[in-house]
Amino acid sequence: MKITLPVDKKSKDANISSNLGRAPYFLFYDTETEEYNFMDNSAASSQGGAGIKAAQNILDNGAEAIIAPRCGQNAANVFMTAGIKIYKNISNSISENIAALKEGKLTPLDDIHPGFHQHGGRQ
Amino acid sequence: MKIAVLSGKGGTGKTLLSVNLAAVSPESLYIDCDVEEPNGHLFFKPQDIKTEKVNVKIPQVDQELCNGCRVCVDFCRFNALVYVIDKLIVFNEICHSCGGCRLLCRKKAISEIDKEIGVVQSGKSENVRVLTGILKPGEPSGVPIIKKLLQDEGQENEDVFIDCPPGSACVVMESIKDADYCILVAEPTIFGVHNLDMVYELVRIFHIPYGVVLNKCLEEEENPAEDYCLKNNIPILGKIPFDIELGRLNSNGEIVARKQAKYRELFQNLLNKVKKEVQHETASNT
Ligand code: SF4
Ligand code: SF4
Repeated sequence: MKITLPVDKKSKDANISSNLGRAPYFLFYDTETEEYNFMDNSAASSQGGAGIKAAQNILDNGAEAIIAPRCGQNAANVFMTAGIKIYKNISNSISENIAALKEGKLTPLDDIHPGFHQHGGRQ
Repeated sequence: MKIAVLSGKGGTGKTLLSVNLAAVSPESLYIDCDVEEPNGHLFFKPQDIKTEKVNVKIPQVDQELCNGCRVCVDFCRFNALVYVIDKLIVFNEICHSCGGCRLLCRKKAISEIDKEIGVVQSGKSENVRVLTGILKPGEPSGVPIIKKLLQDEGQENEDVFIDCPPGSACVVMESIKDADYCILVAEPTIFGVHNLDMVYELVRIFHIPYGVVLNKCLEEEENPAEDYCLKNNIPILGKIPFDIELGRLNSNGEIVARKQAKYRELFQNLLNKVKKEVQHETASNT
């Protein structure tokens, strides 16, 4: 199974990023081959809809599950439609979360927040 | 004569000024472009209200025709489109109605449908025609409503006052772009200077003549906003004093210039000053 984690750098000791859409990188980890693949998150710099674009990228890379602290409503809808599961991370460490997922210890994420789609920046 | 009234943030007295200027003008059109929180109508309490819907176009996908090429997904810079498994999904509340996806789709799988994003209300309050734009909560952009509002350019004999949204974002630019003159409202604080600076920059970019009205002024108190104007050679049109009675009437939704002669005079003087400035500017531009 291929799983995705939003991370703050391209290495195994990276921390999990708090914002899925704006995370600088994604880790794609394959539980069968135990392969690590880091990818730039091209959505991070987008004007709006970063969560949706990130979701599209994650989906296109064949992820079947996601581990993240939070997820926006729109991205969550995309994942749900695509049948991708979202789990809540237990710590900031990649390896701890991967181990927990393999042992079936992760719980589904319920922190789905409504998006901030205000365009134009009212102060 | 089209006058836009703006300020860097809400609550500086932008609506107080535009409402009362419109009230002292013999015939006027007041346009509330603060479509997220329009409150000028609370003062005017206009009669004979007519409501018109404002629609935008959003894409609708024929999944049968769509071949999943994703040209539209890659194009949409607002990321309102996603292709999930074998379906194109449109996030209506993120779409900015640019129409690009429909033009680009070679399969002609995208058509357009109307989506209501708000309304424009018109009514009359004594000498003032009142136009109010109301954007539905959660809609991404008020620009289409402002465009609709400003299609009414006012009659020959009417002075037009445009109550702009706060800040300096695209909705403000849309509101001022055809104005003859901009009045910037500023409060006498350091924050007031910061907010003034934002809109000052904007009117200079647009090359629209401008002047400042200083609100909430106290005699013999320091006024950083005034200092800022003097230092930058920004014309000061006048001052609205910090006045408990004025504040009370205003927060009760009263139009102070219609309530008391002294306030009528205050805003009449301001209006005369503005008109003189506008004439001066038009004269020096020809
Ligand atoms: S461009 Fe047209 S055919 Fe291609 S994905 Fe979009 S809707 Fe489908
Ligand atoms: S109309 Fe423009 S903003 Fe809306 S989905 Fe199509 S490309 Fe995106």
